[in-house]
Amino acid sequence: MPLLAAEGVSHLGGYFFISSAMFVLGIFTMVTRRNAIYVLMGAELILNAAALNFVAFARHHGGAGALDGQMFAIFIIILAAAEAAVALGIVLQLYHHFPTIDVSKPDRLGD
Amino acid sequence: MEPFDSPFFQGATPGWYALAILLLPLAGFLFTAFTWKTAFTRKHGHVVPLATIGVALFCALSIFKHAVIEQEPAGAHAPTAEHGGEKAAHEEPPADLGDHRPAWSSKEHGGVYALLSIGSLHVDAGITIDALTATMLAVVCIVAFLVHLYSVGYMHGDKRFPRFFAFLQLFSFSMLGLVLTDNLLLLFCFWELVGVCSYFLIGFWFEQDEPPKASMKAFMTNRFGDVGFLLGILFAWGIFKTFDIHEIYGRLQHMVATNVETSLFGWGLGAALTVMGLLLFMGPMAKSAQVPLHVWLPDAMAGPTPVSALIHAATMVAAGVYMVGRVYFLFTPTVLGFIAIVGTITALVAATIGLVHNNIKKVLAYSTCSQLGYMMLSLGVGGYSAGLFHLYTHAFFKACLFLGAGSVIHAVHTEDMREMGGLKSKMPSTYRTFFVATLALAGVPFLSGAFSKELIVEHAIQWGMSGTLAHWLPAVVAIFGGGLTFFYMLRLLYLTFYGTPRDHHKFEHAHESPSTMTVPLFVLGFLAIFSVDWLPIPLLRGLHVPELLAPPPALASLAVGHAPHHGGESLLLAFVVLVVSVAVLVAGYRLYVRTYKQRNPGPDVWYARFGRLSTTVSRLYYFDEFYQATVVRLGNAMSRAFTRFDVGVVDGAVNGVASLGLAFSSVWGMFDRVVVDGAVNFFWHASHALSRVFRRLQTGNAQDYLAFAVGGIALVSLLFVFLT
Repeated sequence: MPLLAAEGVSHLGGYFFISSAMFVLGIFTMVTRRNAIYVLMGAELILNAAALNFVAFARHHGGAGALDGQMFAIFIIILAAAEAAVALGIVLQLYHHFPTIDVSKPDRLGD
Repeated sequence: MEPFDSPFFQGATPGWYALAILLLPLAGFLFTAFTWKTAFTRKHGHVVPLATIGVALFCALSIFKHAVIEQEPAGAHAPTAEHGGEKAAHEEPPADLGDHRPAWSSKEHGGVYALLSIGSLHVDAGITIDALTATMLAVVCIVAFLVHLYSVGYMHGDKRFPRFFAFLQLFSFSMLGLVLTDNLLLLFCFWELVGVCSYFLIGFWFEQDEPPKASMKAFMTNRFGDVGFLLGILFAWGIFKTFDIHEIYGRLQHMVATNVETSLFGWGLGAALTVMGLLLFMGPMAKSAQVPLHVWLPDAMAGPTPVSALIHAATMVAAGVYMVGRVYFLFTPTVLGFIAIVGTITALVAATIGLVHNNIKKVLAYSTCSQLGYMMLSLGVGGYSAGLFHLYTHAFFKACLFLGAGSVIHAVHTEDMREMGGLKSKMPSTYRTFFVATLALAGVPFLSGAFSKELIVEHAIQWGMSGTLAHWLPAVVAIFGGGLTFFYMLRLLYLTFYGTPRDHHKFEHAHESPSTMTVPLFVLGFLAIFSVDWLPIPLLRGLHVPELLAPPPALASLAVGHAPHHGGESLLLAFVVLVVSVAVLVAGYRLYVRTYKQRNPGPDVWYARFGRLSTTVSRLYYFDEFYQATVVRLGNAMSRAFTRFDVGVVDGAVNGVASLGLAFSSVWGMFDRVVVDGAVNFFWHASHALSRVFRRLQTGNAQDYLAFAVGGIALVSLLFVFLT
């Protein structure tokens, strides 16, 4: 695959493809799904796409012992866990206020 | 003239007295005018005015005593008119413009108040006191005080009691100011002030029909004369460049001595002075009720009787005579001749109307008119002293007559003599004083009126002897008028006090007036007899001119050659005049006896006897009809024409400007609506439309915002990629 196996970036092309796909799928999920849980899952996809990129670049550019990208990935995972907890709290509150978790129903921002 | 001898006149003392005389009545007026609502003034409104005029009276009598009574008999040091004039004219150094001061002037004692100063026009208000001023002060203050006192009784219970006293005070102030001032312009101001006081007081009972009309008539007639007076004053300014009477005198002497042209139209001095004199005389003609401007005075009787006594008999109407005396030196022989003619006509015409009128106050008004004619006649024929002397004596007995008439009116509540009669027994005090004053007015020998009247006759005869046959006219009228006066006054006495009462109801209710009214009557009656006796005229020489009222050396030296007949030196003439006067009086009395006393006729006896002639006289010679047909109609026509002008041109111009403005504003309005409002509305609509589009984006849905954000980032990224 010439696009993916370009000279010098042969290893990165695959990662890009995967992470871009995850990112787009994540965005698509967040924008289109009505269930808040699915929206959260879309966010997880985006975060993981970013983490994958970090690791890929770190592997490609970094020398021996350079673990910056990996560290970022671990942070992202931790953040994602925290974010999931907070987000689930928000979803619960959402359900309290509006007895639904359909994110298209609460539209008071437009008022 | 030289300063008075008395130590009283050596310093500034007379100035303080004069200021007190002037300002106290003004203070009284202000006090009464500003407190008229308070209970005190409403109830005791007469107290303060009586006090102020009382103090003024004291000051005036002090000045009179020092200036007139204690003067040495005239002629001792005052040069006689002709010689003094020539001497002054010749010795005056030409470089000195001359500032001939009278006996006492505040300007020599720093008492100057700069009234106004515009360019070359400087008017200084000062006070001057000479024998004439002192005499007038005494007359005005005495009569004013007695009238104040009398009004306490007469106006008792009137609902505008304090207002009456306020106006009396204002009048006293104005009249005294008129006498004291040394300045033509101020004299004119005070002249107008007494005029407006007269207007207020004639129309005092303005609810009634007649008084407002009468006051308006008086005011308008006086305005007519005052126009001339003011023009005359401006002429005087044009000739002499000053308003100060004594500076005018000095400059006149200088001009006569150097025989300069006047700066006025290039006229000669004589012509300019004649025109100025005639104009100046228009003021006194209206104010002193001289024919043909006398028509207001009888109507002015619509005012309260004390007012008639004070203003329309003793003081204000005499102001005209006073003013002629004050500027006497300015009058050329032509003007004096005119004054004599006017005075003669007035004396005769007014006396004849007095014969037939049935209103007691109007008979007295015409009598006043006639006596003022006498004074003018006297001044005109050169009897300066005699005329002013008559002013002095006349004030007292005529005030007495008016107050007596007021007392009668107070008792019977009518002014019509046809409803009176037989009041002698009911009102003894009023009758006695009235009788004495009548005799004084008629000029019965040894009463005050006789002295002045016979002096007038004497001067008129001298004037007659000095000229043609026509010059005898004043003398004839003066002698004949004495009889007329006596006759109409006896008729008045007869209709009022003698005979049988014609209205029994009114007769029954008649009563003597309270003492506040009778005391002034007695004082004035006393003065009617004795007011001459303390003047420094030896009684044997008494039929001669009282020199204390000698005129300032006049135009004697003027090229036109006028010498006022001054001081009849001939005892023979005095004796002849006395005999003739008594004869005329006896004739008048005989006529009265034959007409009234023996036949005891009704009041309308004249109509039966003289028919048409007496109708003419009783219609007052148709003066009012004449004015109605000419002046009033002309005035109405003019006012109609001016109305048309006003409606057509002035209103048209105003309306034209208005409609022009309207047209402009409608154009501007259109512009405003279309362009300005259009722009505003366009932006409004545009933003509204835009906002309708953009508000669609604000869905409120978080997912939409996310989609927009991502789309936006994608867009920016694409742009970034393609542009780099």
